[in-house]
Amino acid sequence: MELTLWTYEGPPHVGAMRIASSMKDIHYVLHAPQGDTYADLLFTMIERRGQRPPVTYTTFQARDLGGDTAELVKKNIKEAVERFKPKTLLVGESCTAELIQDQPGALAKGMGFDMPIVNLELPAYSKKENWGASETFYQLTRTLLKEKVSSSQKISPLRWKELGRRPKVNILGPSLLGFRCRDDVIEIQRILSEQGIDTNVVAPLGASPDDIERLIDAEINICLYKEIAEASCEWLKRNFGMEYTNTIPIGIKNTIEFINEVHKKLDLPLTNAEELENKSKLPWYSKSVDSNYLTGKRVFIFGDGTHAIAAAKIAKEELGFEVVGLGTYSREMARHVRATAKDLNVEALITNDYLEVEDAMKKAAPELVLGTQMERHSAKRLGIPCSVISTPMHVQDVPARYSPQMGWEGANVIFDDWVHPLMMGLEEHLIDMFKHDFEFVDGHQSHLGHTATKSKDFIDSVEKKDKNNNAGIIWTESGRAELTKVPFFVRGKVKTNTEKYAILRGIPEISDETLYDAKAYFS
Amino acid sequence: MSKVEFNKETGPREVFCGLTSIVWLHRRMPDAFFLVVGSRTCAHLIQSAAGVMIFAEPRFGTAILEEKDLAGLADAHEELDRVVNDLIARRPEIKTLFLVGSCPSEVIKLDLATVAEKLNKRFLGQVRFVNYSGSGIETTFTQGEDGALKALIPLMKTSNEEKLLLVGTLANNVEDRFKKIFRNLGISNIESFPPRQSTDLPKIGKNTKVLLTQPYLSDTVRDLKHRGCEIISAPFPLGVEGSTKWFLAAARAFKISELKVHEIISPLINRANLALESHKEILKGKRLFLLPESQLEISLARFLHNECEMDLIEVGTPYLNKDLMKAEINLLPDNTKIVEGQHVEKQLDRVRETNPDLVVCGMGLANPLEAEGISTKWSIEMVFSPIHGIDQAADLAGLFSKPLKRNQILTSKTLVTH
Repeated sequence: MELTLWTYEGPPHVGAMRIASSMKDIHYVLHAPQGDTYADLLFTMIERRGQRPPVTYTTFQARDLGGDTAELVKKNIKEAVERFKPKTLLVGESCTAELIQDQPGALAKGMGFDMPIVNLELPAYSKKENWGASETFYQLTRTLLKEKVSSSQKISPLRWKELGRRPKVNILGPSLLGFRCRDDVIEIQRILSEQGIDTNVVAPLGASPDDIERLIDAEINICLYKEIAEASCEWLKRNFGMEYTNTIPIGIKNTIEFINEVHKKLDLPLTNAEELENKSKLPWYSKSVDSNYLTGKRVFIFGDGTHAIAAAKIAKEELGFEVVGLGTYSREMARHVRATAKDLNVEALITNDYLEVEDAMKKAAPELVLGTQMERHSAKRLGIPCSVISTPMHVQDVPARYSPQMGWEGANVIFDDWVHPLMMGLEEHLIDMFKHDFEFVDGHQSHLGHTATKSKDFIDSVEKKDKNNNAGIIWTESGRAELTKVPFFVRGKVKTNTEKYAILRGIPEISDETLYDAKAYFS
Repeated sequence: MSKVEFNKETGPREVFCGLTSIVWLHRRMPDAFFLVVGSRTCAHLIQSAAGVMIFAEPRFGTAILEEKDLAGLADAHEELDRVVNDLIARRPEIKTLFLVGSCPSEVIKLDLATVAEKLNKRFLGQVRFVNYSGSGIETTFTQGEDGALKALIPLMKTSNEEKLLLVGTLANNVEDRFKKIFRNLGISNIESFPPRQSTDLPKIGKNTKVLLTQPYLSDTVRDLKHRGCEIISAPFPLGVEGSTKWFLAAARAFKISELKVHEIISPLINRANLALESHKEILKGKRLFLLPESQLEISLARFLHNECEMDLIEVGTPYLNKDLMKAEINLLPDNTKIVEGQHVEKQLDRVRETNPDLVVCGMGLANPLEAEGISTKWSIEMVFSPIHGIDQAADLAGLFSKPLKRNQILTSKTLVTH
């Protein structure tokens, strides 16, 4: 049993709903009690979708449990098929139905339909949303393509040459409730098309079962989000020999590396290598003198695997930040995140518990947080600027304007989104500095205003609380006064370091001089 | 009783389960914690229904069942014990802990009553434990509050003192207004259930006169009756008419003259009618379709027809207690079509066929209907907004006139190009 207050991921059947809702001509019959329909609002409210998710809930009740819930399942399947006439039917169960073991998938298969039926077994008590989405996409791909496995030859990435046409690729992974997927797809298709590469199928977003059957018309697969598409890409590789890309094109370096990887796989000469650096404004904006103040900014990163890893690379190599924390809630991606964290000399934080993330954030004393909506709230409480880089989705993460994370435009968006809150952070710092001037009045603050004041209260309260915990170390008046002069966003760090120094040297009282001694010692 | 048409429908439903009521219950009782014993789905549901994750540590959470908890119930009880211990260590300010059953906990027959009993002994004098089910296999949406209140009744001490007990969660400001009006009427001993502090439970007995503020409290009413309480039959205090009749019914129970009631509330009625005018202008003659969700549908239909002159196409309700709703149903126009239960697909077919001007529905359906050109009002807003009482009648009407007004603004051309 795990105590959860807020969660990063929903249950696995919500992942299956993401796949079904992303696609056309699919219907999902979900054996579930009433109440589970709440998941519809994720799509209709957060994504502002004008269509209901293509899901029929069997809506069993307590009184049905004594009787024949299997009949109820069959009735709902029959009605759903007649009404929606799907080309492929997904059948599965939510957490409660899993316990009563009606095996709706098997029931559906026995009903004599001639459309393909995908039986989804998504263990609700051990797996989560992204896994459910990945498994559903994989089972769907497998069901629709397995008959073609034996008859097909292995697909060579060079096949386009023999066929005398432009190379074709599939873009796999984008789905509803995925972070900025809608715009990433447009950006990546634009980039590929500029390089003379055609998109065969984008899936699951916007694809039909017919499109899934056409996947093997492409030479290679672009695995855009590993959380969703890696299992399917791997299956297509094993069974059809289709190679897939490993680089996620978020950030300039990764986008260039991605283009190189695609060209290399297809054996397509890259003719515009020099141009690529100038396709986005990020490199120049980052180089321009105004960005000098970005150097060494301490940044704390937490999100899904794909976006957290990409963010770490951009932060370090493209914006010159210092990554002081990196983590993910996605256990499936833990290995990749750990490897990146090791390269950055930080310890990876793999957890579901947002309070643990908040604690780590506090300890790392960052100047910028790149996280999910949960970290946005934690950062707000701590008075630290934050930009959201990953799911779980919030209505604000589905902006009206074109704002991809991937490719050239994605890099522009990232530069703006990460640097603007920081500017405001800098403004905040100035307010903090000038707040004792007589011109300063309350309310004369930016949007982070009152939270920053709170952050001071917060640190003060921490000081009080911690008093007994630091081997009896006392802050003198002068030490305390000096500490308040330190910019708010590093105050916590300075305090901890000074205390650490005092303990190290056996200094019982921290004065203003101790603060400077400690500063010299640690720099 | 007016001749309304009763129908029942079964099939796939699009409604919240009882867990959702935690979202307003925990705000009503800031010293209580609601611990759902359930699955990741339950946690995700409450999080999604709450909409925003604004609290650092909300006063509700989910003990998520994992594979090993399903293997043996003994272990599950032990695990729950551990989770509760951790929780109380972290939140020492909690006075009442609700153990809330869910679909999975009901199916595996996790005995939360026994767990609560054991915990009550251990934390005696520190935290009280009560349990109820908010599961979707047994409850819809507002029925969760019914379960929570019913669970508190055994903790309420007996007193034969005469009092008026308002039952059902109200917004604090509305509650204060009501109490003031009742005091002006001459009823001085007034209490509310649920109270604002979970430990501040009213005493009840044979001179307790219960006046319901919400229509979804069937089980609570039954248990209050068992404790000797008198249930005052009245329509619900939504709109001027409902609220007036509600005050009158209470006054009758306390032998206060009708004249006195009119004397006190006439000025309120006058100003409320004035405030209703602008909304009535928009709502008059518009055709309304209510999908089932909160059990407030019948009262809302009565208000929107009788006071705002809307035409009723269909009034859905997830559950209908004809006894409890008798006074309301009597006020409905003849031939009102009431549908208890739901087959969401068939019901949406009827929505499309009848092409209403406004549909009251859940959040999952609102945008899809809007995309089809049908204006909607989400029903969840009714349980979060202060809508009860004469003074709030215009605000209540405003919830329905707003989408129509907005639609009109967005579809009309009002400024010329210069």
